[in-house]
Amino acid sequence: MIWENIQLSFTSLLSNKMRALLTMLGIIIGIMSIITIVIIGDAMSASVTDELAGLGADNITVSVQERGRTSSGMGGMGMGGGGARQTAALTGRTPLSEDLLSDTMVADMLAFFPEDIQGVSITHALGNAEVRDMDRTANISISGVNPDYTFANSVELISGRWITTEDLEANAMTAVVSDRLVSQMFPQGTHPIGQQVRVFMPSSIEIYTIVGVYRHVENAFMGMMMAADEIPTNFYIPLTTARHGLLERNYTNMTVIGAPDTDINVLTSALQMYFDMVYISNEFWQVHVSNMTSMLDMITSTLDTISIAIAFIAGISLLVGGIGVMNIMLVSVTERTREIGTRKALGAKNFHIRFQFVMESLIVASIGGIIGMVLGIFLGGAIASIFGAPMVLSPVVLIGSMLFSMAIGVFFGLYPANKAAKLDPIEALRYE
Amino acid sequence: MLELNNIVKKYFIGEPNELTVLKGLNLKINEGEFVAIVGQSGSGKSTLMNIMGALDRPTEGGYSLDGVDVSSMGDGQLSEIRNQKIGFVFQTFNLIPRTTALSNVQLPLFYMGVPKKLRVAKAKELLKLVEMDERMNHLPSELSGGQKQRVAIARALVNDPSIILADEPTGALDTSTGNLVMDIFLKINREQKKTVILITHNEELAAQTQRVITIRDGEIISDKVA
Repeated sequence: MIWENIQLSFTSLLSNKMRALLTMLGIIIGIMSIITIVIIGDAMSASVTDELAGLGADNITVSVQERGRTSSGMGGMGMGGGGARQTAALTGRTPLSEDLLSDTMVADMLAFFPEDIQGVSITHALGNAEVRDMDRTANISISGVNPDYTFANSVELISGRWITTEDLEANAMTAVVSDRLVSQMFPQGTHPIGQQVRVFMPSSIEIYTIVGVYRHVENAFMGMMMAADEIPTNFYIPLTTARHGLLERNYTNMTVIGAPDTDINVLTSALQMYFDMVYISNEFWQVHVSNMTSMLDMITSTLDTISIAIAFIAGISLLVGGIGVMNIMLVSVTERTREIGTRKALGAKNFHIRFQFVMESLIVASIGGIIGMVLGIFLGGAIASIFGAPMVLSPVVLIGSMLFSMAIGVFFGLYPANKAAKLDPIEALRYE
Repeated sequence: MLELNNIVKKYFIGEPNELTVLKGLNLKINEGEFVAIVGQSGSGKSTLMNIMGALDRPTEGGYSLDGVDVSSMGDGQLSEIRNQKIGFVFQTFNLIPRTTALSNVQLPLFYMGVPKKLRVAKAKELLKLVEMDERMNHLPSELSGGQKQRVAIARALVNDPSIILADEPTGALDTSTGNLVMDIFLKINREQKKTVILITHNEELAAQTQRVITIRDGEIISDKVA
């Protein structure tokens, strides 16, 4: 009987295709909007996750913070650059040298976790500068790094070598530069390794020898802000060289990289406990240990909230669609009054009639839901691909929106169906 | 067998006015009879038909069909009575549009819950009886008036009812087609021993039946057996 009612509904829908389509339109647009928004939201979450994971999902940030300062996990973010003075400016209190992280503390930590730590990246940013040679120039951003930097950040070396421990010990004037800098500074075909470049800094000019070249990856966001040629590329020099001449030998933060088979979250809390012990007698300062996971969770949950809010607004158009279905169903009941009367005369009970009309409304809404879903997948996929984000299709959303459109069909079909079921057969048969 | 005892039907058209359409009507129709109920419009014959067809309940009095008291039944039970004991034939055919002749004929069995195979077989059998089996897959809109009425008669017969109630079945047809339809009624009454109740204002048509009951102002004024 259900199957025959479905067939019956189809015949009655097909007999008035234009009207059926217009009735569905509200549902189609509503479901399409919701699916599109969810797909875009998911795609954005996924691309943000990807991007942040590229920054090092296995990285654990260890940073010195003032006690009592609520940490959002953002405190130690970034490349571990900055310096003692930056943090001090934020908190109003200047940490003393013994409050900061030192080489001895790092060595102690490594001794305490001999298996779990792959490396410790410590950086010191010197800021932007310019490499100049006659009329050739290249913008750079100077970072003092240690050998472990490559564990924490993806750097693709295309020739030469990375900064070594020997470089650090010797305060060597060596540099690893981008392939772009090479093409900007040297005629084509020049072998860059061993070449010297002059770096013009605000207060000095220094000469570095190129020991390695890495592949520069264009940052889409930076690309929007300025011309590609002007974007400074990283200019890596030994950490000791960068810090040369600084009075403060210690640092506010570092990045600990977990060994490949180490659970990062476990290591993060172990490190937090370890540093809590180390700093237990420090009255003003403590160490905050965090990783990307907590950051990611925060960002994804924010994006999810935004998606849900927009999807809710799109849901209003579904409500309008539902009212449209109800309206057409009421018209249909009126038009078919005589048919309803005849059916009743032939022995249809109220529930037969009610079932028939609810089924019809359910089918209209379901077909609308399917069409909207397909359109939404296409539209969402197209927009996601414009943003270069991967398309994520969650079955929960698909099934959920399908069930939702069916529920709308039943809900808004019930009133017209009841009206039809309650018609007096005599009146209905007499209806012109 | 159909028995009406002192049937009164009143319509309340706002206090204190009430309209008495049927004024204590007594009628007994035996199985296999072919009866015509004749009367002018407004005589109460449509109201009488509605009561006999279990579409309406009398205000007072008893109505029993095959020994079952119908007059005090609820809506659901009345549906079942209409479904199983009564076959309706309307002036305007009232076929369900957009569904084939075959589906139309199956409809009463569908509401009875008969399985599809059986339904189709029975419907085909009756379409053959009214000589419409060749056009069973046509839609009502593809049929002439006479053909529609023949499909409607097949539909009225499909559930093997106790009585066939035909309300002006030839009213929308020309004379010759009307006669053909009338012949079908005569045939099913003669061959299948079906009780046929013909409601009409057409005296000529009524003359073809065995018994003519005339109604005026809600009362039976004559009941003649031919």
